[in-house]
Amino acid sequence: MSAPEVRTLEATPVGPYRLPTPAENTKLGIWVWLASDCALFAALIATYVSMHGHVGHAPTPQQLFDLPLTATATFVLLLSSLTMGLGLEAAQHGEHQRLMRWLVVTMILGLAFVGLQAVEFTTYVHRGLTPDASNFGASFFTLVGFHGLHVTFGVAWLLSIFIFVVRKGPLGPRDLWRLEAASLYWYFVDVVWVVIFTVVYLLGKVS
Amino acid sequence: MAAAAERIGGLARGEDRSASAVWSWLTTVDHKRIGILYLFSSMIFFLFGGLEAFLMRLQLMRPDAHVVSFALFNQLFTMHGLTMIFLAVMPMSVGFINYMVPLLIGARDVAFPRLNALSFWLFLAGGLVLNSSWLLGGAPNAGWYNYAPINTGAVVHGVSLNPGSDTLGIDFYVIGLQLAGIGTLLSGINFVVTIINMRAPGMTPMRLPLFVWASLITSLIIVFAFPPFTINLVLLMIDRMFGTGFFDPARGGNALLWQQLFWVFGHPEVYILIMPAFGMISEVIPTFSRKPLFGYSSMVFALVVIAFMSFMVWSHHMFTVGMGPVVNSIFAATSMAIAVPTGVKIFNWLATMWGGRIRFTTSMLYAVAFIVCFVIGGMSGVMLAVPPADYQFNDSYFLVAHIHYVLIGGALMALFAAAYYWLPKITGRLLNERLGRWNFWLVFIGFNVTFFPMHFLGLMGMPRRVATYPANLGLGFWNTVSTVGVFILTAGIVVFLYNLKRSAQHGELAGPDPWDGRTLEWSLPSPVPEYNFAEIPLVRDRDPLFAEKVHGNGRLVPAQIAEAHAAEEHASAHPAGIHVPNPTILPFVVAVALTVTAFAAIFRVWPLAILGLLAAFFAIFRLMYDHDPGHYVQPEEGAR
Ligand code: HEM
Repeated sequence: MSAPEVRTLEATPVGPYRLPTPAENTKLGIWVWLASDCALFAALIATYVSMHGHVGHAPTPQQLFDLPLTATATFVLLLSSLTMGLGLEAAQHGEHQRLMRWLVVTMILGLAFVGLQAVEFTTYVHRGLTPDASNFGASFFTLVGFHGLHVTFGVAWLLSIFIFVVRKGPLGPRDLWRLEAASLYWYFVDVVWVVIFTVVYLLGKVS
Repeated sequence: MAAAAERIGGLARGEDRSASAVWSWLTTVDHKRIGILYLFSSMIFFLFGGLEAFLMRLQLMRPDAHVVSFALFNQLFTMHGLTMIFLAVMPMSVGFINYMVPLLIGARDVAFPRLNALSFWLFLAGGLVLNSSWLLGGAPNAGWYNYAPINTGAVVHGVSLNPGSDTLGIDFYVIGLQLAGIGTLLSGINFVVTIINMRAPGMTPMRLPLFVWASLITSLIIVFAFPPFTINLVLLMIDRMFGTGFFDPARGGNALLWQQLFWVFGHPEVYILIMPAFGMISEVIPTFSRKPLFGYSSMVFALVVIAFMSFMVWSHHMFTVGMGPVVNSIFAATSMAIAVPTGVKIFNWLATMWGGRIRFTTSMLYAVAFIVCFVIGGMSGVMLAVPPADYQFNDSYFLVAHIHYVLIGGALMALFAAAYYWLPKITGRLLNERLGRWNFWLVFIGFNVTFFPMHFLGLMGMPRRVATYPANLGLGFWNTVSTVGVFILTAGIVVFLYNLKRSAQHGELAGPDPWDGRTLEWSLPSPVPEYNFAEIPLVRDRDPLFAEKVHGNGRLVPAQIAEAHAAEEHASAHPAGIHVPNPTILPFVVAVALTVTAFAAIFRVWPLAILGLLAAFFAIFRLMYDHDPGHYVQPEEGAR
């Protein structure tokens, strides 16, 4: 018989094996990626905070910032989070038409936000704030422009889902994760904007 | 259709030795073949970095020498540091992580196989872009950490701070590292998800082999440390290409911003280099001591603490820039404190060997050498962490000695240990132990002869990054000794290369378990078949294979497969065999498109740069939406 020090190994300590689904993997992957994106924006915001005092001979934030315009843009972007959520909810209930409508609305809102930003940027440039005019300008355009690129990429991502659905038919439960992944990113970009709006625009106007 | 699938399957296994063999490497998504690609290319880059070091040491062997020009010397130490860190040691670790982590956790692949291929091609593209600078107008020359404002080509009082930096060299730095960095970030994400999601049943967190823990922690450090570097590179790119003044004090910029952002990344980066080494040593020492790892939980805890603290010590690279006594004291304290968890690890390794039945294979020799050298490097590290002393040591050869004791004595020794330990699993053939001994002793002696005298040189006042020194300073003797050491070290590396070649041709067959191993990979044939595990194993102990050898019948017990999946993807019960993903060229295409963008940006051809970016995004979206049906592989007879 077996020697005394031999112990019996556990039989089945855990449930049976199953491979993680693309949904499980992708969503965790997106979370990790967003965590790293947080660090990206943290570095950019830190740069802006350390630089925004150097206005040189260029216009200052107080002279330039147009809070109603930016507040409108902010409202548009936050609204797009809502429509994104409604779209996701529609997809979860298998309501194909409603999903497509909300996707289009979300993309339009995203584009409107980018458009408003383009208007804002051109105005500033006309009033003398070019990226190389002062370090406030350089860091402002870099930070806010970087966020704008994020939104643009988000719109492209949503568009790709739209095209996918048009070509392959309604989004089934097996493909729902594609939308969920994109929506995580979309919310993230919106939340980052709230920080940027506060740090850059609100604080920039008062200080 | 089936025939085509079969053919592709054969290609993916590298059975075809014709031109299509190249194609199969370009399109592979198998984590093992990607691991081999990493190991192979990082080896080549290592030889490049070694050649650069060799030239530098030749130049420094005698005073007032003119082996290379001073301008070339600047490029040599810059490219040597960059190559060794970003293109040799880090990807070599990533190569082992790629090959081994799925095997160690009982998985058939990583979470995102195609992303994995993309990571590799981006790394390779970045490395090639960076090195192409040698041929296209001169390599970067501002040191591996590339301080502002010498990296911006700034002109002060009519004198350029760095006459070389108005050439394109620094642009190659910016763009090349950006590319490689994206690749690294993606593999970091991939491995976090793989390790969290893909473990075999029973592989609970506190049963993960320590190398897997180290890989997880490394990946997390990558995820949080690379973004500040990305931003730093973006800012520098904007400065250089669009004329802004982020880093130019003359225009209200802040040169220290570069330093801060660089070291917020740079210090965690050196832990990215050493963490996998910790993991490798923690696999090698128990196996060759025939004992379980001593203090497993404290080892895991120490890894986590070190990773956390690695983000809180960066300013110890900047003691002398004038941060003030308070900041200096804080960072001195955190830097010294990090020695505590590191000491825990050292003692655990020693305690693992204590009373064990030690087999001094080459791998084990390297592991023991690692402990010795790393402790020396750690001691000089604590000395450097004392700010008043650092005012003396900073930017002297003392520091060069320190970094090489931790990077060669630490990371590289561990990589050699891992090579002798794991390459038989990868190639199926053992490396020769006799040659291994020659290899080890030459490297160990050569390394110490090269770098120990640098401590003295530093204390005698020799600054780092100088192309030469006058004869009357009395630095000649130790510099000559140091260069003689490089010859010995080089001989050791040559023996290693010969051993590799010899083993590939007529090395002894390794068999599945040459070392009487403890962990899952030793239950598999060497080399490992495409699908890894014919049956997903059930993990019943922290040393799964060892436990089965002692308490079971020596074979792993297959896990129960969930009903819903038994007939579906990846279940071994499928009549057609085991499901594996198809190869694809798209990751390679993305990397090529981004390489075009990289060169276009360096040479300021903006339309082409945008075109490349669009092409890359197009290929990425294709990758995202192309459904991969995969194909089925029949497990070999007897493997089931
Ligand atoms: C293989 C043998 C090696 C030799 C002979 C060697 C030699 C040297 C020499 C002579 C320098 C220049 C010191 C100076 O002028 O300031 C240097 C710098 C450096 N080495 Fe090595 N090295 C070796 C391997 C490595 C490895 C494996 C790594 C990293 C993983 C590494 C990382 C560095 C770094 C980061 C620098 C600083 C570069 C800079 O000043 O910007 N070296 N090495």
